[in-house]
Amino acid sequence: MSARRPYVRPMEGWWKKNPFFVEYMVHEGTALFVAAYAFILLVGVMKLAEGKAAWDQWVLWLTSPFAIVLHVVLLLVFLYHTWTWFNIMPRTLPPMHAGGKRVSANTITVTGLAASCAASLLLLLVCWSIAR
Amino acid sequence: MKRSNAPIFWLLFGAGGMLSALIGAMLVFITGIAVPTGTILSRNLLEFERVQALAQNWAGKGFLFIIISLFLWHSAHRIFHTLHDLGIHAGIVAKLICYGSAFVGTLLALRALWTIGF
Repeated sequence: MSARRPYVRPMEGWWKKNPFFVEYMVHEGTALFVAAYAFILLVGVMKLAEGKAAWDQWVLWLTSPFAIVLHVVLLLVFLYHTWTWFNIMPRTLPPMHAGGKRVSANTITVTGLAASCAASLLLLLVCWSIAR
Repeated sequence: MKRSNAPIFWLLFGAGGMLSALIGAMLVFITGIAVPTGTILSRNLLEFERVQALAQNWAGKGFLFIIISLFLWHSAHRIFHTLHDLGIHAGIVAKLICYGSAFVGTLLALRALWTIGF
């Protein structure tokens, strides 16, 4: 083999040069936090299967300052995920038509965010009515 | 022609993304902030007997399973495809690690929910 060493353009930090790609990386990065929350819930369900003592320990962990701060961070990232998810949705859905006109991107985003608010409020209301 | 398995992963990604966009933030608020600190919601919402009853009910069991597994598949797919943008080859190893961990998590959730009983 020859010792040919062609120039390969380095791709280290390419996305940092353009705000559009920075946003792209940040919204893709929300996946790490979604995974973290899924993992917390998974541990919870596993502790629940172990019995009352294990479960109570998990709930006690939830009340620790570290866990509270972690969940505040998770909440902010999840809110950002909600925002970007519905912001991008007009570009990920196939074109939709209503009354002979294409449904505007703004309508899709607003409908999605409204659905999220409604579903979230309903969930909160259900939890609130279960344990008052 | 060999059929691609990509639509399955994409579907799980989309479903998990939609579900987390709809109620993810509120779930985090409820389980991680409201109940542990006792604001708005009562702290006894996460009592063992209450959550056990939820997990023993078929609808509650299904809800917990769908939340955990779809969130895992959503993030696994997204992380897998972002690796490429970071200059990491999205080959079979990356695929096995990403989808594999979501698969293991799904199995663990299934086993726990099965153990909790009906």
